[in-house]
Amino acid sequence: MSATLAVDVWRGGADGRFQAFSVPRRDAQTVLDVVTHIQRRLDPTLAYRFACRVGMCGSCAMTVNGRPRWTCRTHVSEVAPEGRLEIAPLEHLPIVRDLVTDMREFFDKWARARSQFKPTATRRDDFATVAPHSAERRAVDEAIECIGCAVCYAACDVVGWNPDYLGPAALNRAWTLHNDRRDGARPERLAAVAGDAGCHACHTQASCTERCPKHLSPTASIAGLKRATALAVLRGEL
Amino acid sequence: MSARLETRLWLAQRLSAAVLALCVAVHLTTMIVAVRGGLTATDILGRTRGSLGWGAFYALFVVAVSIHAPLGLRTVAAEWLGFRGRAADAIFALFGVVVFLLGGLAIAAVTR
Amino acid sequence: MSTGTWRNRGHPAWWAFLVHRLSGVALSLFLPVHFAALSRALDGPAGLDAFLAWTHAPLVVASEIALVLALALHLTGGLRLLLVEFSGWRSEAQKTAIAVAGGAAVSLAIAFALNVV
Repeated sequence: MSATLAVDVWRGGADGRFQAFSVPRRDAQTVLDVVTHIQRRLDPTLAYRFACRVGMCGSCAMTVNGRPRWTCRTHVSEVAPEGRLEIAPLEHLPIVRDLVTDMREFFDKWARARSQFKPTATRRDDFATVAPHSAERRAVDEAIECIGCAVCYAACDVVGWNPDYLGPAALNRAWTLHNDRRDGARPERLAAVAGDAGCHACHTQASCTERCPKHLSPTASIAGLKRATALAVLRGEL
Repeated sequence: MSARLETRLWLAQRLSAAVLALCVAVHLTTMIVAVRGGLTATDILGRTRGSLGWGAFYALFVVAVSIHAPLGLRTVAAEWLGFRGRAADAIFALFGVVVFLLGGLAIAAVTR
Repeated sequence: MSTGTWRNRGHPAWWAFLVHRLSGVALSLFLPVHFAALSRALDGPAGLDAFLAWTHAPLVVASEIALVLALALHLTGGLRLLLVEFSGWRSEAQKTAIAVAGGAAVSLAIAFALNVV
């Protein structure tokens, strides 16, 4: 095992290029440690995002050796056995600079999918009763832990091929809301997630499920939306 | 195209797929059996000539594939060639009609 | 910029997608040819037989086997997709399903190949 890492880091915007750095290797080193070392010791002009650095916030997602990952949870020993690392910003999002992407469209698509809770109760109503082991609630529980890191969005080929595609995260969240009995926007949401820009564009490639750091399955959630929209069509509700 | 219509097209794609699953299962079995010892026109026509059953089966097959194939190609063209919109929809609808007519002709040819 | 793309692909479900798409395109393009060939029977068995004689050429036989493989792959892959989409089956057993679909399709193609030569 070499004492140093050969690290190629993307610099600039879409028309940028990789810049090579040499970084000392350490035990239990993560890719975020590597990026941080470069910015603090080698080149202070490097732009990158992070926050919690312990795998809770999703801010540090980048493309590492070709795959979208959380850099704080990616051990160098796992991804760079030969001591070579390639670090680039997430795919399918405009590059602000270096490793920082513009996340606006990712979140705009959540809004377009109506993946936001619409309350129906008031303070005068009693609490909603949600049976934790009901099929509906289990469906929600399996998909609710998404923290909006955009790894799935970066991993999905359809996002790259179809600019209007809402993407796995927005659709996954829509599925959790569809199954939330307290939510009041079910019909509008189904209309929003249907069609060539919505759930019907998913081809079950399952790259989202393969790469999700929280081991969620947007593929399964989107399949659920396909069933829900099909049922709505057959019932004349869509 | 509205999301409503696109959903209906998706459903048509999946329903035709289910029909085709049955048709193709029959077709593959028929082919594997029929091709033994060489395939001649007499073999094929002996099975299909004047047969209402085979005629109906292939008619169902042709209708299903006339729906399924153009919708599939439309998606591929949109995603890999960037070819989408009304012109694309019209061209693939036309392809569906062409497949339907050619298929009908083929059925007529082998069942007369 | 697509520094990621190919290294991000290449997992089983992704290959299943690619096979399904390519086989579908191949079959769609073949279909009009298939129908045109059958229409030769309108001229009577002699017209169809002349065409069928051509199909004994090795290159044509190989293409037929490839088409049967494409059809079988598209069928089994399609059944898997219908299952995933309509039954809410989560991903853990997907690799097994892909293996079964691929194996069944190859078996069908081999059965055809052994019978056609």
